[in-house]
Amino acid sequence: MAVPTLGLIGAAIVAWLAIGTIGLAAQTRFGFVSRGLFPAGAVAGLVLAAGAFCAVGAPPQSAVLPLGLPDLPFHLRVDALSAFFLLLLGVAGAAVSVYSAGYFRESEGAAPGLLCFQYHAFLAAMALVLVADDAYAFMVAWEAMALASFFLVTTDHRIAEIRRAGYLYLLIAHIGAIAILLAFGTLKGGGDYTFASMRAAAPSPGWATVAFFLALAGFGAKAGLMPLHVWLPEAHPAAPSPVSALMSGVMLKTAIYGLLRVTFDLLPAQAWWWGVVALALGLASALFGVIFAAVQTDMKRLLAWSSIENIGILVAGIGLAILYKAYGKPVLAAIAMTAVLYHAFNHALFKSLLFLATGSVLHATHERSLGRLGGLAHKMPWVAALALIGVLAIAGLPPLNGFVSEWLLIQAFLFTPTLPQSFVNMLVPLAAAALVLTAALAAYVMVKFYGVIFLGRPREPGLAYAKDAGRWERAALAALALGCIVLGLAPSAVIGWLDPVNALLVGATPGPGHWLMLAPFGEERSSYAPLVVLAVVGAVVLLTIQIVHRLWHGRVRRSDPWDCGFPLQTPRMQDTAEGFGQPIRQVFEPFFRMERELPSPFDAKPRYRVRADDPWWAWIYLPIVRATEWAGRLAGRLQHGRISVYLTFSFVTLLALLAFVR
Amino acid sequence: MTAAGILSQFLQAGLALALAPLLVGWVAMCRAWLANRSAPPITLPYRTIRKLFAKDAVVAHNASPIFRLTPYVVFGAMVCSAAIIPSLATEVPFAAAADAIALVGLFALARVFIALAAMDIGTAFGSLGARREMFVGFLAEPALLMVLFTASLISGSTSLPSIVDTLAHRELAIYPSLAFSGVAFTMVSLAENARIPVDNPATHLELTMIHEAMLLEYSARHLALLEWASALKLLNYSCIGLALFFPFGIAGGDGDWGAIALAVPALVAKLGAGGFALALIETVSAKMRIFRAPAFLGPAFLLAVLAMLVHLLLGS
Amino acid sequence: MSALPLHAQVINLLAAILLLLAFAMLTQRRVLSLIDLFAAQGLALAVSTGIVAAYTGQAHLWWSAGITLALKVVALPWILHRLIRRLDVKWDVERLVNVPTTMLIGIVLVVFSFNLAVPISQLSGTITRATLGIAMASVMLSFLMMITRRKAIPQVIGFLSMENGLFFAATSATYGMPMVVELGIALDVLVGVLILGVFFFQIREQFDSLDLQHLEKLQEGE
Repeated sequence: MAVPTLGLIGAAIVAWLAIGTIGLAAQTRFGFVSRGLFPAGAVAGLVLAAGAFCAVGAPPQSAVLPLGLPDLPFHLRVDALSAFFLLLLGVAGAAVSVYSAGYFRESEGAAPGLLCFQYHAFLAAMALVLVADDAYAFMVAWEAMALASFFLVTTDHRIAEIRRAGYLYLLIAHIGAIAILLAFGTLKGGGDYTFASMRAAAPSPGWATVAFFLALAGFGAKAGLMPLHVWLPEAHPAAPSPVSALMSGVMLKTAIYGLLRVTFDLLPAQAWWWGVVALALGLASALFGVIFAAVQTDMKRLLAWSSIENIGILVAGIGLAILYKAYGKPVLAAIAMTAVLYHAFNHALFKSLLFLATGSVLHATHERSLGRLGGLAHKMPWVAALALIGVLAIAGLPPLNGFVSEWLLIQAFLFTPTLPQSFVNMLVPLAAAALVLTAALAAYVMVKFYGVIFLGRPREPGLAYAKDAGRWERAALAALALGCIVLGLAPSAVIGWLDPVNALLVGATPGPGHWLMLAPFGEERSSYAPLVVLAVVGAVVLLTIQIVHRLWHGRVRRSDPWDCGFPLQTPRMQDTAEGFGQPIRQVFEPFFRMERELPSPFDAKPRYRVRADDPWWAWIYLPIVRATEWAGRLAGRLQHGRISVYLTFSFVTLLALLAFVR
Repeated sequence: MTAAGILSQFLQAGLALALAPLLVGWVAMCRAWLANRSAPPITLPYRTIRKLFAKDAVVAHNASPIFRLTPYVVFGAMVCSAAIIPSLATEVPFAAAADAIALVGLFALARVFIALAAMDIGTAFGSLGARREMFVGFLAEPALLMVLFTASLISGSTSLPSIVDTLAHRELAIYPSLAFSGVAFTMVSLAENARIPVDNPATHLELTMIHEAMLLEYSARHLALLEWASALKLLNYSCIGLALFFPFGIAGGDGDWGAIALAVPALVAKLGAGGFALALIETVSAKMRIFRAPAFLGPAFLLAVLAMLVHLLLGS
Repeated sequence: MSALPLHAQVINLLAAILLLLAFAMLTQRRVLSLIDLFAAQGLALAVSTGIVAAYTGQAHLWWSAGITLALKVVALPWILHRLIRRLDVKWDVERLVNVPTTMLIGIVLVVFSFNLAVPISQLSGTITRATLGIAMASVMLSFLMMITRRKAIPQVIGFLSMENGLFFAATSATYGMPMVVELGIALDVLVGVLILGVFFFQIREQFDSLDLQHLEKLQEGE
């Protein structure tokens, strides 16, 4: 019997909307909202995940809802691709909801019920984006998602900076939405706005290119692809931590979903050079993102920049898949696509985990600046231990999940010499170099993140009163960390399960896996068995401990730190976040716009100030602003304040139009 | 998986464990000779390790569990990678569990742990060392990967035994790309093993330290394990270099006992020559300022990229 | 790969070494080492010409190998060494762009010239035609070196090594130029270096330095 997957998913969406409405009704009953409604939302998320899990392997199911405008009903459809992203949404959403049950306090900027409504509307809108099967429903859900997340970002709307971040976010989200709308318009051809007729439309290569680049711009703006990334490091940190987790972990993936949907499903064929453009843009974003992450001093901004990096890696993988598919190598395209999907899921898990961990740190210390944290591993052992797993995973270290997707992507890269074109061949070493450089820098960033927050000695006396996270929060963090471990240890099972998605997108699947070993091209070529690696490293560690303690002893004496015998040691002598990022700032100096203030030698209280800003502001955005202001001033000359002049303008326009359409 | 394979697997890991301190001692000895000093005994590293194991471990008050776990994790990662690298025979059953990329991942795991442990106590030198180590690492690790990529493009595989099989048992062919890779690999190995010109293994001048600065807080068995692990790391890098660029004498994958027996002296001889070369490089070069490191490792990285390009152009 | 005969493999290797040396020159900080690298490049060139001569049996290539050896490995480095001693200019090379950036630009140039060479080398019938890309890349790198250096002597070395690249392109892709052309170029280079040497003295007398930035002052209307 077929599982009514679409029914389950629809039920979860309706449940989220209902929970949100109840929250709106119970505006101020804080206990009920946090202990009752958020866990209920988590249950709905699990239902959604269960439905999506069954839907990946099942044939597509569709429905038509008689909602919306007359003659424009909502078309819904669940196929393997949307099911995969729905699963991601369900799992991450459930974990974040559990966390939120313990996280939100009565003193957060907005009323709890309102927050609950916005939060669940956001979740429901994201799910609707993923099941929409016509451009109209898609855009309605997309805008709802943008609006809900805008209100969530501006929860602390009393702070001007946050209002500004929210405004910027809304602006770029709408520029992106226009591009997406135009992309759908281009795709439509002669038919109507359902995805089915877009698939049948078969646009000419020129129009297909236009549609692809509009989609890349539109979804890229939402995903934070360079150069439309400027909103991301502002908006993600401004939101409350669970919302940051959802935005970074899930919402960015809906943009990836949209890009995949348009490129591989709605467009009949791909041109190879789209792949080159996507590859270049993706790698540039990845490198740029990670370099900026390395110099951040605010823990949530650091994670936001790291999201830009990860989105860049995803888009680069998509570019590689386009290349392979365009050159008629679907199996290799499937490997690249597997890497993309795997990384999307990984990123949802570990980025949510880390954002939630920063939320706990924020609540425990009321501090987001890395320069005033430190030593929290002693005060918050649970959060520290679970965040360590997330950090190791995001740094791409074996045997955790980040390494699996990195490994797959590198394997896919190593096959590019089989491509027939020499230009593309030559690009690949450069692309692979950029990719591995990004991965190595990600480890740098994460050592900084973890080391400065959790290790060392507390940099402020107030940190002594920090408390570990509560039960709800711990449970959510533990679930996400478990996800990182499972995805890291059992890659073959996951990849086998992804086969329907790959078949849908690129028309091929990677070779059958071995349960223990990841070997997409056969053992001779390459293989990776995380369980065996873990077992061997673990066995060596345990054996060594045993042998050392048996043969000699296990005595430990506690004492003051040695530090080369320097008697005076203060916590301020540790590396600060700025200090840790300084080598990167020095090596990659041309990437930054730096402002330095050096103290004079005679200063009694010397202050050294340095700012490393995003140069894209100066490269693109400020010129646009100036041009707009200039155009505005020009238009302002028309204003005289006399009604009759305005009426003359209107009249002349009318006459001109009439003459034109005559 | 044959009996010979399993035997050579254990032989290889055991030999690596046993030989690693000897290699360190040999390099120190050569350095002393080259500097016209009387050399310390070649067994000095063994004695140091034994002495350290017997001592009481002193751990700072505010050390977290990461600090005490790290020596074991680093040691485990290094032993694991020693088991992957085909230094004696290309039939290494365990190598199927981790290919060249996973090997670099294991090195990165060790690096991240040791850097975290160095930041754990919260001393000035510890975090300084951690920062510098990550700084050197973020340039060296991609360069190492690119070197391995070139080798795997030549052999069409990222599995280390297959690479070595291809390189060792080919018809006599010259790979110009390997010349580039070899130069890049040498530079990376120097940096990764805390050698002159990037770091000085013999330094006790705090401000110039990288690797030593991270170990400052360690004592007794923890320090012994870390010293042993860094000796193993040197050995591992040497074995990678020998396997890629001088793969002669490595036994094939046919379970030939005689070949394995011959491979042991061949390996020791090659390591001896390699150790001498290392000492020679260290003697004739000067340690550079830490901010010269990018000017040293950046070219290494770019040379490795160039090797791939040359491979693609010349097809060899 | 193994299909190539041995001499072609050796030439490929020498081509790679040539490129390696070009990169080394690009990053070298000392003038004296720069000259040594240039001499090494000349040696690699002479060896490769000799191999081509032995393989194709063209007598005039032996001559050009000999001329290369005499001129680029012995004579020019000797002249340059002397020049440096006489001018007393053993300073480190000052550069306009830092090393990693130069290397990055260099890599881009290599990709560019490799791509450029692929269609051309398909026209060539020689067995070592793949090296054409490398030869072009060395020419471009030498050009880059001339651009990024400030002082006169490194620029001259860059010019000479550019000629090395051209020469290598000629021997590898077409098995050599006619003898007359080769002799002409060799003499041109020699005379060029001698004239430049004279110029160095003149420049230094005029400005008391060999920094070519001073030449910027020569423009009119300041």
